[in-house]
Amino acid sequence: MAIQSDTKPLLEVKNLRIEFPTRRGVLTAVDDISFDIMPGEVLGVVGESGAGKSLTGAAVIGLLEPPGRIAAGSISLEGQRIDNLPYEKMRQIRGRKIGAIFQDPLTSLNPLYSIGRQLVETIQTHTDMSESQARRRAVELLADVGIPAPERRVDQYPHQFSGGMRQRVVIALALAVNPKLVIADEPTTALDVSIQAQILDLIRKLCKERNVGVIIITHDMGVIAETADRVAVMYAGRIAEIGPVRDVIKHAKHPYTHGLMGSIPTIGHDTEKLTQIDGSMPRLTDIPRGCAFNPRCPKAFDKCFVDRPELIQVEQTRAACWLYEKEAVHG
Amino acid sequence: MFAFIIRRLLQSLIVMLAVAFISFSLFNFVGDPVNNMVGQEATAEQREALRVQLGLNDPFPIQFARFIGNAVQGDFGVSYRLSRPVSDVIATRLPATLELVFVAAVLALVIGLPLGVYTGLHRHGFGSKVLLTLSLIGISLPTFLIGIMLILIFAVWLGWLPSFGRGDTVQIGWWSTNFLTVAGWKSIIMPAVTLCLFQLTLIMRLVRAEMMEVLRTDYIKFARARGLSNRAVHFGHALKNTMVPVITITGLQIGSLIAFAIITETVFQWPGMGLLFLQAIQFADIPVMAAYLCLVAFIFVVINLMVDLLYYAVDPRLRVERSGGGH
Amino acid sequence: MTDSTDDIIVTRSLWFRFADGLRRFFDGDVFYSFRHSPVIMVAFAVTVLYFLLAFLAPWVAPHNTYDVMTLNLMDGFKPPVWEAGGDPRFLLGTDDQGRDVLSTIMFGARVSLTVGFLSVLLAMVLGIVLGMVAGYVGGKTDAIIMRIADVQLSFPAILIVLLIDGFTRSVLPRGVHEQLALVVLVLSIAFANWVQFARTVRGSCLVEKNKEYVQAARVIGLHPALIMLRHVLPNVMGPILVIATLGLASAVLTEATLSFLGVGVPPTEPSLGTLINVGSDYLFSGSWWITIFPGAALAVLVLAVNLLGDWLRDALNPKLR
Repeated sequence: MAIQSDTKPLLEVKNLRIEFPTRRGVLTAVDDISFDIMPGEVLGVVGESGAGKSLTGAAVIGLLEPPGRIAAGSISLEGQRIDNLPYEKMRQIRGRKIGAIFQDPLTSLNPLYSIGRQLVETIQTHTDMSESQARRRAVELLADVGIPAPERRVDQYPHQFSGGMRQRVVIALALAVNPKLVIADEPTTALDVSIQAQILDLIRKLCKERNVGVIIITHDMGVIAETADRVAVMYAGRIAEIGPVRDVIKHAKHPYTHGLMGSIPTIGHDTEKLTQIDGSMPRLTDIPRGCAFNPRCPKAFDKCFVDRPELIQVEQTRAACWLYEKEAVHG
Repeated sequence: MFAFIIRRLLQSLIVMLAVAFISFSLFNFVGDPVNNMVGQEATAEQREALRVQLGLNDPFPIQFARFIGNAVQGDFGVSYRLSRPVSDVIATRLPATLELVFVAAVLALVIGLPLGVYTGLHRHGFGSKVLLTLSLIGISLPTFLIGIMLILIFAVWLGWLPSFGRGDTVQIGWWSTNFLTVAGWKSIIMPAVTLCLFQLTLIMRLVRAEMMEVLRTDYIKFARARGLSNRAVHFGHALKNTMVPVITITGLQIGSLIAFAIITETVFQWPGMGLLFLQAIQFADIPVMAAYLCLVAFIFVVINLMVDLLYYAVDPRLRVERSGGGH
Repeated sequence: MTDSTDDIIVTRSLWFRFADGLRRFFDGDVFYSFRHSPVIMVAFAVTVLYFLLAFLAPWVAPHNTYDVMTLNLMDGFKPPVWEAGGDPRFLLGTDDQGRDVLSTIMFGARVSLTVGFLSVLLAMVLGIVLGMVAGYVGGKTDAIIMRIADVQLSFPAILIVLLIDGFTRSVLPRGVHEQLALVVLVLSIAFANWVQFARTVRGSCLVEKNKEYVQAARVIGLHPALIMLRHVLPNVMGPILVIATLGLASAVLTEATLSFLGVGVPPTEPSLGTLINVGSDYLFSGSWWITIFPGAALAVLVLAVNLLGDWLRDALNPKLR
């Protein structure tokens, strides 16, 4: 912690709000979230589907799909604002400074081009390398991500690779020109369980080696526990809790996080019943007043139904929960 | 790949046999060919002699085999209406239709494809909306009406283009072509434009729909996330992936161009196969109908084969499937 | 609130359910999109108007063009009223026989729409039945039906219709063929257009077939086909409506084209296509109204129906928005 606070953050997201205008009014899908990432740090963003985690990732890489739009806040990479850049400027940052890994390796690669060609075109888009240099780099990258016989495989087509191998190719593509930040949106969800750990290890190892910051977006707390340094728990478009992974897992502060942790099976505690959170996340059209979690919260009290909680520092983590208001005032 | 082509060839052969069978049945069961060849005053003996001579008393399979044997050699008998060998009649008409269809197909592709890409990429733009509305009007206007309007404007009022016929043609062997004289080109413009309009709008709308479909795929989003230029994403990645369905439909469309040529040829009195076929229908001229049917089926089959071969060129998944590339 | 809802559910009448469905429709995306596109509202109004005029032609048309007694050759080739020499009795002028063009258009639209509507209806029934059989029975039956569909799809509708027409023309004596011309026309247009319906229904069938409720229905002895009919049909209602609408436009066009080629409806019952065909002979001699007005009437009808079908497809497919 102390070491990192000396360096400047790689990515700073401040008060980001993402809206969708619809015919029944404007929906706020991501509401006033802030976080930052240090170089080489892995941040996990966890939440149910619809919590706004993927939209946050899309906003960072500048690929929000219309009619979705950034309505407020800012996103800065290495101190430079990137949320208001013109398309062409942002395009040069994508791939060059921010890489992306998508959920489904089976559909992320263009079926009609060899993977070598897709690597080479990515490399040549962002560098001055010649065709043969780029190709050599492509083979190196494939070797780095653990694809056997890369010289031969480089000329093959996506359908000739298994799902796990394809995700390795996708990782190679994301890291092709040494970006500073990688956004991995559910990188292992579509894969066999046996391969998930390998891919997560690979992402973590490569990014640590190259000092690349990573945002891993997932609904799976297990993935976070295995990979991330810090975690942000999102609920209904807001951050419910954010802090170091160990602290959040061991000493969850927000009742929602607590519930999430209770739903992970752990070895050695098989006598304990898995807890479950009743109900489901509210739809964006009817987010309740006050804390969005209040209908499901076992500890909700008067204030939770009136005012929205902001993030409050509680020990090592910060949680958006009125339970900790007093502590914050005293501490 | 080889096995695939063989399989396709076999399928084509079956289609051809089926069409030949329909044509043959037309011959045999629709009216009595003998009646059509001899006069009313012919005696029973004369008729019987002709039946034997034509082999009409032979068993059905033998007759069918003979029909196919003749058809393969291009012999479809004699036209009832024109009293000339069908093969001769067709040979004089075929170049006119094929040249018309060729020009129309080129026009439809060369204009329809870029317009489809444009409207697919800028689907909320003003230009796209105008083009889409125009294309809907194009689909809604009957071909013959467009032809009549063109004649009215460019032939009757402005007098720029001839209102009917092929104009001057140049004979190359048995093939007569429009492409070597100015008058020939002038004559082919209006029929070709009329014929291509429907196909053009169809190709445009198809490319647009496919383009929109492909632009939603993950690999396009991923290509954008890699920072590729719009140009590379749209034309390198998206367009190529729309090609398989577009090739299929375009192939089919060339087939229907031949059919739609019937209308265009009627409007412009274009001396092609379509006009011939229409007259054959009105006069119940069975040999010509049968020959036309077989010929069109043959052209369709050839186009379909070409389409299959093009798939191989475009899609690597098909290329490797058979040779057992590792998975 | 909940209590009263419960009461309503208990006493819910058929009328209420109908009203409820209606309310949901008017509240839904499709109606919203309808109300917000003036072009579509106009197209809808035009289509309804055509159907009304066609249906009521014998009563609302200014002249009965089938009644030879009222015709007077002296009235021939009268231009529209606003042109020099126009006759106030004939708003859009008269044709070579002295028939009122406006009235012939109404009667012509009646023939065109009848042929179009009936053939689409027939194609729909044929397509749904064959599609369901193919999808449900599967195996050889499916292969055969879909093979036929493939082959047929690669032959343009107009060619198929021409062939059937040519065939019946050679088989039937001339008089009988004239009498049956309309029937043959409807049958052959329907026969050329069933494939799309069949494909859609078959696709949905294949999806539903393996769902548990079909298995369950089999277990309790209900005929699964019956269950599927109840579940598959509602699923494909949207696409079928779209195909039918666009099919109506193309059927009207096909009919007009055939009549233009002189192989469609008999000249005694002229459709819009026949009128254009007859009129085109006089086009170059200056009597443009005989062909242009029926032509415009046909184009506007087909355009309106096409617009509706196109819009319906987009409105029912939220993915595209």
